Amino acid sequence: MLLYQTIEELLAAAAAQNKKISEIVLADQAAQMEKTEQEVYAQMEQSFDVMCDSVLQGQDPNQRSTSGLTGGEGFKMKSYSERTQGGLSGVFMTRAMSRALAVSGCNAAMGKIVATPTAGSCGILPGCLVSLYEDKKMEKKDIVMSIFTAAAFGIVIAQRACLAGAQGGCQAECGSAAGMAAAALVELQGGTPQQAADACAIAIANQLGLVCDPVAGLVEIPCIKRNVSGVMIAFSSADMALAGIRSEIPVDECIDSMGEVGSALPASLRETALGGLASTPTGMKLKEQVFGPAPR
Amino acid sequence: MNVFDIIGPIMIGPSSSHTAGAVALGRVANKVMNQVAPVQVRIELSGSFAHTYKGHGTDRALMAGIMGYKSYSEEIRDALTIAKQRGINYEFVPTDIPGAHPNTARIHIKGENGEECTVEGASIGGGNIRVDYINGMRVDFTGEHNTILVLHRDKPGLIAAVTNLMKEKYKEVNIGNFRLSRPVKGGEAMMTIEIDGLPPQGMIDDMRGIENVMNVLLIRAV
Repeated sequence: MLLYQTIEELLAAAAAQNKKISEIVLADQAAQMEKTEQEVYAQMEQSFDVMCDSVLQGQDPNQRSTSGLTGGEGFKMKSYSERTQGGLSGVFMTRAMSRALAVSGCNAAMGKIVATPTAGSCGILPGCLVSLYEDKKMEKKDIVMSIFTAAAFGIVIAQRACLAGAQGGCQAECGSAAGMAAAALVELQGGTPQQAADACAIAIANQLGLVCDPVAGLVEIPCIKRNVSGVMIAFSSADMALAGIRSEIPVDECIDSMGEVGSALPASLRETALGGLASTPTGMKLKEQVFGPAPR
Repeated sequence: MNVFDIIGPIMIGPSSSHTAGAVALGRVANKVMNQVAPVQVRIELSGSFAHTYKGHGTDRALMAGIMGYKSYSEEIRDALTIAKQRGINYEFVPTDIPGAHPNTARIHIKGENGEECTVEGASIGGGNIRVDYINGMRVDFTGEHNTILVLHRDKPGLIAAVTNLMKEKYKEVNIGNFRLSRPVKGGEAMMTIEIDGLPPQGMIDDMRGIENVMNVLLIRAV
């Protein structure tokens, strides 16, 4: 049985069995849940199917969030990508950005999503993985398997640090999601488990300290756009690791550091909507627009 | 913790605590009503729920749960319309429940034949909940396990009668947690029994047959 207390443990187990991280994780999870590997795989495939559906739903031009503050970003980005043949970042990346916006927007509009690992960061894994599936035509089986790698990294992060914005800020939500996605991307591209670990470390390091400051306390501003940043960081971190660029700080230490930084954040920057963008004059005005004047 | 705690839940947005957890709280009230259709629903919202319930769809989520929907049901979006179509009168009352968790709801339901129930609980993060009171009686369960609520008269030997039934007739049942709430000596009391797995066929009915047991409800794990 795996303990998921360190990424080091996952790397050692993968090396000992000469397997991918996803393979040892699927076998371990099936044993822990007392189910067959096929059953556990099928459940993960269902989650991936929901991610694909959320992308589709979220690209509706008429999408509006419940509060009315946001909506339609996924559609705008997709249209822009088509109209400009990929804008500045290229067709593949702009389409990935549009998927991240679509899924986060779907969440804000009370659509169905998979929390990966949270609802606030639910656009990052689909932004990466649905793009490899639909635009790079990767095998569905490989993509679904790579989610086990992402999830294993997520369990370690949850145990060593945390995944909730209220506890660790946005770095715990979008930072963790980008780190998990980066590891999955490396595995899908044929990288080594060590490269997956390095990619996760780089992604986390790049979002260290990111605060959770939702305007009006809602999972919309700036959450939806931070899902796009998460996707970009996941891809660039995976590419760096695949290029052979190491993370000088080992991934387990990066995760611990994120936990420490999260604890050091003042309460106002941990999902209370009392600081950061939430407490700007415009942030306060938007809050009033949704909920009316503050009671005194 | 397993991979589906990280990749999941599959849920209707936007917030695991303010939407998915709210559905779960509503579902507890649905189970307590035990198939009786609600006609009047009054929900008090405290803390963060009181301030942000509209933007997070907490109101729709609670009503969806009360009507038996799950945290991934697409009907959550239209739950208030569905409630109106079913002839349910509802109101949401922002309030302050002193000392309560920041995401607390107190749900009062009246049924078609005058049945009533009150459920108070909190959404404690990640879609998880904690139920604090049922019909004014202190309980403490999360809905992560199958939970049996036994409403009974406070009489000597009743706890033994219930647990002996489980031990003698249904040997495979394992109790994970037990709590007794008794506001007044000799009055009504409630046992909260969390068990591993589902109760065997017939066990709930057998419990109802025990003298001085007034009702037994099963709240299935969410």
